[in-house]
Amino acid sequence: MADYKLRRSLLYVPGNMPSMLQNVPLFQCDAVQIDLEDAVPLAEKDAARILVRRFLDTYKERNKEVLVRINGLDTKWALDDLKAVLPGLPDGIRLPKADSPDVVERLDTLLTEYEEELGLEVGFFKILPSIETAMGVINAVFTARASTRLIGLAFGAEDYTATMEINRTKTGEELFNARMNVLWAAKAAGIQALDSIFADVNDMDALRTETELIKKLGFTGKSLVNPRQIDVVHEVFAPKQAEVDYALQVMDAIKRAREMGTGVISLKGKMIDRPVVVRAARVLSTARAHGMVDVVINEEDINGAE
Amino acid sequence: MALNSVGRDIPETFAGKKLIPYSDPWSLQPHAERSTRAIRRITHNGSKLVGGLRDAIIASGLKDGMTISTHHSLRNGDQLLNDLVREIDALGIRDIKIASSSVHIVHAELIPFIRKGVISGFECGVNGLIGELVSKGELDCPIIVRSHGGRARALITGEVPVDVAFLAAPYCDEYGNFNGYYGPSACGSLGYAQVDAQHAHKVVAVTDNLVPFPAVPVGIPQSVVDFVCQVPRLGDPKKIVSSTTKITTDPIGLQIAKYAALVMESSGYIKDGFSFQTGTGGISLAVAENVRAIMRAGKIKGAFGCGGITGNFVDMLEEGLFEALFDVQCFDLKAVESIGRNQKHVEMTAGTYANPFNCGSVVNRLDCAILSATEIDVNFNVNVNTESTGYLLHNTGGHCDVAAGAKVSIVVCPSIRGRLPMIRDEVTTITTPGETVGVIVTERGIAVNDNLPELKAELIRRRAPVKDIRQLRDEIYAVTGVPRPIEFEDKVVGLIEYRDGSIIDVVRQVCP
Repeated sequence: MADYKLRRSLLYVPGNMPSMLQNVPLFQCDAVQIDLEDAVPLAEKDAARILVRRFLDTYKERNKEVLVRINGLDTKWALDDLKAVLPGLPDGIRLPKADSPDVVERLDTLLTEYEEELGLEVGFFKILPSIETAMGVINAVFTARASTRLIGLAFGAEDYTATMEINRTKTGEELFNARMNVLWAAKAAGIQALDSIFADVNDMDALRTETELIKKLGFTGKSLVNPRQIDVVHEVFAPKQAEVDYALQVMDAIKRAREMGTGVISLKGKMIDRPVVVRAARVLSTARAHGMVDVVINEEDINGAE
Repeated sequence: MALNSVGRDIPETFAGKKLIPYSDPWSLQPHAERSTRAIRRITHNGSKLVGGLRDAIIASGLKDGMTISTHHSLRNGDQLLNDLVREIDALGIRDIKIASSSVHIVHAELIPFIRKGVISGFECGVNGLIGELVSKGELDCPIIVRSHGGRARALITGEVPVDVAFLAAPYCDEYGNFNGYYGPSACGSLGYAQVDAQHAHKVVAVTDNLVPFPAVPVGIPQSVVDFVCQVPRLGDPKKIVSSTTKITTDPIGLQIAKYAALVMESSGYIKDGFSFQTGTGGISLAVAENVRAIMRAGKIKGAFGCGGITGNFVDMLEEGLFEALFDVQCFDLKAVESIGRNQKHVEMTAGTYANPFNCGSVVNRLDCAILSATEIDVNFNVNVNTESTGYLLHNTGGHCDVAAGAKVSIVVCPSIRGRLPMIRDEVTTITTPGETVGVIVTERGIAVNDNLPELKAELIRRRAPVKDIRQLRDEIYAVTGVPRPIEFEDKVVGLIEYRDGSIIDVVRQVCP
């Protein structure tokens, strides 16, 4: 089941920088990915872990989804990372190098153990696996179904191009196959597909072009390396007024259908059923984030009352 | 001691002057004539050149106990004030008061001469080390900080009688006509010097660029200039236009700028006839850039841009987004170059700009203005003079003038600097009273003063992060903790004069 949670912008924040962590509540991205992996030098792994935990403890009024990117499960830091940060209740873990479903399954098991220990409902912690190697791309279709905790598949183009021994270009032709594979895997499993970072923080035009491309392909969001990139990505993902108007009509139609005791209705000759409603709900929640509408869509609007 | 209306203890006198405690921004009325000075008659038609700086000092008749002034349009590149004081010392003159339009960091060279008794007081605000040492009690030299408008007022009413004004004249002829537009020390507008030229008892034009008569366009005319003197150089051109002219790339700064632009858009004033002032500095420029985009998109033709002028404003003028620029000082070379050729880029005197005691200054016509702060309190009072150390480090500039004049004055400020909270229960020093401040914009949210209820409602409607200022303070305190108050001695070392001449706050010596 595809959720409709907004994940247009997933901002990386280095876990070893107090000055940046303190600003996490302030940025208008949909999610942050606090990084313990590549952004943190080896000598600072321990300190960063403690700092991130402290930050999570103080960040009580969460206004965005909070993911922590731990070190790869094949490293000596991963277990300590989980032990340190999970009691701080992040929404989920971004799992690097998810080359195969077993890596995700392993994390799933670990998370369940922590949930039991912390007295949380099983499934509390979500997983966002990074598909960032050739093997990861090949296995994506299985990885996408490896756990019910998955909120999506995240494509990591920097590591991917490195494992492919090619250069990443601004136009991104070299990424097409991998992107499509990640997209198919995610969409087939009913989860979101989230695109890679764009590294040049001064080239907003190229960022816009790339974001337009990945939106067209079917990605619902993108990882970001700098807060300045948020506005551009949100602008690209802003729905058109006509889309918003149509989505409002869809929600209205399905409400009428349910009042009549059915889950299907025709709107201007087109059939409106649950998938159309889910898509409309996503358009409206994006539109709301852009200040275009005031409506709040909840589960009941999508699924009907039990 | 008397408590003024913002709760500050004001002594009855300071440096021999009787003080009026501040009560409110509007009600104090002037009871004065314009200051007078002796009318001079110069009948010769030759040169007014008197030689070098020392000759000019002698010719001007400067004596012990007198007051001199310079203008600060050369900013941190200014060499004149330092050279002047050195020559005054060499002539054995003592007990001189300085009433310049501002004193900059470069003027820390004056410190030995303060110790020596050559300089015995400042009738103007100071930037940098002098104020710090005075705050620490290491220099004994009273400082009276005035706003740009307040200084113009004090010269025009004669409260501060300037005996001799030594005015840096970047493009000057031998009969005393000069402007600031051209030459190696070009600084553009001479808005501050204009006031001195009209009101000082003696006026000396000091130039490093003597040109054949006539020096046109005439900024300051021969009819008010007593002497002309030549110096090898007035200053360091690189530092004359040294203000930040790059838009910030700091995400926090950009977020503040975005919110500030949203406030202006929500105010409803960005329409044909719009008027606007912003300063230099990365955030202010980012705000201007956002405003520019809004004006372009809406095809809006503004009335005027005002204040210290940057190249950014020049671009907006040339793009047709404003009818005119009113320029009291040029902040960069593009502004200097523009004022010398574009009649819509108008040189404005400090009095016309901001003096509260006239028939209406330009700040009164401002719709929106962007201002800065070193600290803000929960009553919207703003400090720009001292920092959280308690040291007097900054001059007021036009801060309280613009806040009082503009319909919506917007103070932009990061919520935390270093580890210090910028919104607090009390500011160290009140420069600008809260009742003249409309909106506080930080990266953590926007606080709107109760006197702008419609703007507040509109911002909420647009889902801007509007917060009560106390809530904002609490959020910041939650990160930084509550700072321990600074301890002060009883001794008053400086005054913060409000634009109308009443005393809004004092600077006390900081305990060691």
